[in-house]
Amino acid sequence: MDERVAKPLPPQTPDWLPFYEAAARGVLSLPRCQQCGSFRFPPRPVCPNCLGKDFAWQPVSGRGEIWSYVVMHQVYHPAFADEVPYAVVLVRLHEGPKMLSRLIDVAPRAVQIGAAVEATFLPAGNGLYLPFFRLAAGPAT
Amino acid sequence: MHPLRGKAAIVGLGITAQGKVFHTNHVGFAVEAVELALADAGLDRTDVDGLLLNPGLSWGEASMGSFQLQQALGLRDLTLSATMNLGGATAGAMVAHATEAIASGRCSVVVCVFSDAPLKPPRPESSANRGASQGSAGTYAFARGFEAAYGFFGIPAQYAMIARRYMHVYGLTQDHLGSVAVAQRQWANRNPRAQYYGRGLTLEEYHASRWVVEPFHLYDCCLVSNGGLAVVVTSAERARDLKQRPVYVLGFGQGHPGGDPVDTLVTGAPLAARQALAMADVSLADVDVVELYDCYTFTVIVSLEDYGFVAKGEAGPFISSGNTAPGGSLPVNTGGGQLSSFYMWGMTPLSEAIIQLRGEGGERQVPGAKVALVSGNGGVLSTHSTTILGSEV
Repeated sequence: MDERVAKPLPPQTPDWLPFYEAAARGVLSLPRCQQCGSFRFPPRPVCPNCLGKDFAWQPVSGRGEIWSYVVMHQVYHPAFADEVPYAVVLVRLHEGPKMLSRLIDVAPRAVQIGAAVEATFLPAGNGLYLPFFRLAAGPAT
Repeated sequence: MHPLRGKAAIVGLGITAQGKVFHTNHVGFAVEAVELALADAGLDRTDVDGLLLNPGLSWGEASMGSFQLQQALGLRDLTLSATMNLGGATAGAMVAHATEAIASGRCSVVVCVFSDAPLKPPRPESSANRGASQGSAGTYAFARGFEAAYGFFGIPAQYAMIARRYMHVYGLTQDHLGSVAVAQRQWANRNPRAQYYGRGLTLEEYHASRWVVEPFHLYDCCLVSNGGLAVVVTSAERARDLKQRPVYVLGFGQGHPGGDPVDTLVTGAPLAARQALAMADVSLADVDVVELYDCYTFTVIVSLEDYGFVAKGEAGPFISSGNTAPGGSLPVNTGGGQLSSFYMWGMTPLSEAIIQLRGEGGERQVPGAKVALVSGNGGVLSTHSTTILGSEV
């Protein structure tokens, strides 16, 4: 990428900070409702399943499957100018929530829906780490 | 019989210049559209007592947009004013709201308006702006922060993500998507107002067009346009004495399913259509023209299936066989739609239905069209409206 232009940073509001703290340790962590037990992502204050208000951040497996993907060709932000075309994937995590990300070490046209993936963590600027995914051995779930 | 069926009619239609037109801003386009619609109806602005606005992106947060427009139009003594936004489902929602206000006696003449001016005029090339983005990409490229960090931008990408899953689950192909663009271009070539009038499109040209975001080529995406569009709604009784042949509001419904369409792969069409068809007391077999929201080719596929014109997974082969093109068994998006004529959100399909039911379609007129189904979709397959219009009550 163009070293002079930084990529957009992810949100850094307080509700997101536990996510990055776990990511920096190589752990994928999600908010889990303390009332019905369901995981959710992105962070929000109330459980959309049961409207429970209490939640705790809890490590998850980091494993899932490719639910869908697109291949970006337009340059919407200069920091991605040298990367087009690139695939953006939607990963359905084993624990249920879906997460947008990128699949590393796979050509854009080689992405396959249903492929088993696992999280890995890369620096996203400003000291933050974000989950990316790589192909995993074995079944998706 | 539903008490509101046929109680109101669309009596005026105003369509400004569309596309790369830069002589005014979003408020100016709205004013022009209202002037045209009132003149079309044979009404004066002093007749208007209801104003509904669907603000396009240029209105920004559109704080009290309908009030801004009232001031711009010099309208006095309104008894209904609202700024409404369900994205592409708003046009149908405005017509429904207008009908209810008229049927309840609260209003006599309601104007429903959309306008936008997201396109910027071309600037001379200079060192200051060389390579600067022009056109629609920037305007529709908003992204939530988390997604932008991964390079995921824009409304096209959000629809593309669902479309790719749909292709995987239902066997939809790139050829199927292309066939939607080709069929609608054939309609547009019969519509002098369409931006692609006079420019054909083959499936080969579709495949050769540049990618925007796979699986969407350029011709899978609508023609983001500057312009305004307004319709005038009044009582069926009053409509009979006005200038134009009335287009009666026979039925309407909304459907907002919630949840995540990338899981369900279903729009709000089934929920909205059930209400609209029951209210209109018609079945799908009675529908002569189908005007579907077509922000992308994929939206046409999923809508046609969700309405039940064909089963899930069958719209691609159905359209590829020419059924929706001119001369086909089911005329769909007869003006060329948002893909090939102009993109005024939900007003594009609504306006074409009005033209067809008035019999003013010229070369593209569907002979004897009496019942039209108008579909509005917004929020990336999350909001939906269905309107059934008829040339007779």
